[in-house]
Amino acid sequence: MELPRRECRARRALPSRNAMSQRPDAVVIGAGIVGASCAEALSRAGRRVLMLDASFAGGGTTAAGMGHLVAMDDSPAQLALTAYSGKLWAEVVHELPRNIEYEPCGTLWVAEDEEQLDLVREKQRTYADFGIDAETLSPTQLADAEPHLRPGLAGALRVPGDGVIYPPNAALALVQRAIRNGAELREGTRVDAIRPREVLIGHERISCDCVVNAGGAEAAKLTPALPIVPRKGHLVITDRYPGFCHHQLVELGYLTSAHTMSAESVAFNVQPRATGQLLIGSSRELVGWDGTVNRAIVRKMLDRALDFMPGLARTSAIRTWTGFRPATPDKLPLIGEWEETAGLWIAAGHEGLGITTSLGTGQLIADLIVGATPAIDPTPFAPSRVHSAVGVH
Amino acid sequence: MARGVQPRISIVVNGDRVEVPAGITVAAALFNLGVTAFRTSVSGEPRGPVCAMGVCFECRVTIDSRPHERACLTPAVDGMHIQTASIS
Repeated sequence: MELPRRECRARRALPSRNAMSQRPDAVVIGAGIVGASCAEALSRAGRRVLMLDASFAGGGTTAAGMGHLVAMDDSPAQLALTAYSGKLWAEVVHELPRNIEYEPCGTLWVAEDEEQLDLVREKQRTYADFGIDAETLSPTQLADAEPHLRPGLAGALRVPGDGVIYPPNAALALVQRAIRNGAELREGTRVDAIRPREVLIGHERISCDCVVNAGGAEAAKLTPALPIVPRKGHLVITDRYPGFCHHQLVELGYLTSAHTMSAESVAFNVQPRATGQLLIGSSRELVGWDGTVNRAIVRKMLDRALDFMPGLARTSAIRTWTGFRPATPDKLPLIGEWEETAGLWIAAGHEGLGITTSLGTGQLIADLIVGATPAIDPTPFAPSRVHSAVGVH
Repeated sequence: MARGVQPRISIVVNGDRVEVPAGITVAAALFNLGVTAFRTSVSGEPRGPVCAMGVCFECRVTIDSRPHERACLTPAVDGMHIQTASIS
């Protein structure tokens, strides 16, 4: 994906120092939002961190995503991680630069019929048990909240604590925090191999106490046993229509689309951006690393969006792009020690929730590495679970 | 047709009713009125027509409540309401 030029300038302006004068304690591979968060948390814990990225910070899957900060309850572990991460975002978001474009817009989970409305009420109870504020909207309340949704919908769950951010700038903000904590970033540096307590870059060897593989969808290229596959998605962004919608809108069927590892699926998901633009998703495909725009699935995705918001037909789309989510068989990320290789830790496989769960992941990794007690149970995320997994299905 | 007798139409630009020659584009009408800032960029800068042939999208204005219409491709029509720089 091509990024605006000013983004590239911002990246070059990142303070970088000459080769680290001392051996790093930790090498973090991948400066997407997950790697950036791991580096930030480790450096805050006093570790000397070296971040490596094959291209540039925040430029891969991070830059392709929608950037929702969302509580998600596909499983108890997923809810625990998203809720914990949401709490960490709430603590830090106002300290980050304005260009992360944080919008506390909340999420509306839209129900099409009574059956889905039952799921909405169940979701509300699940969230309440977790201390997450949520309310059920009647059809009238939903129409008042979002006049551009089609009439005849059954209602929605409003989750006011959710929000959206602009992910590449959020990743850069975390990288800059890590650098202020003494970390170093080397961009354009592709790691060729991970060895016990060292990484190889061409003829260069960097030894350290621990390596964190935060390579996202590409993590399995360095640690081949990881069951992470690229799950392609498309996004469409429109011109500016301020006030067209006010919340992140997601159909309840999104959970099915995200959970079921089918070859192809779409779900209605629209976000208002700080610029007044509308971000329209979402699609999921398993097609390897083919990043070309698939017009047929874009058509299905837009038809789904138009079914929920007919007025979108009068907006102009200005750009369409694709990205690769790092998907795992059980829909949970891999966070923890990789016992096959001494000193190797994994922080990857966050699929479509990496922006939200980046902060929880970074804090978990840092707590586990320094021997602190994590705030949530890390067991469900332990990468060792893949040995008993049945593979990607 | 001699210039002096060219028919004129009435349009509303930013709330003011004005007369312009019939058959011209909205962009030409706005230029005739001395308008150069057709819209405002994301970073708050004024923008106006560059290509005048529908490619650059710099001349977008709101026409009869439809945002992002290209002024250079839209013929001015009697009674039309045009709003410039409507997005701040």
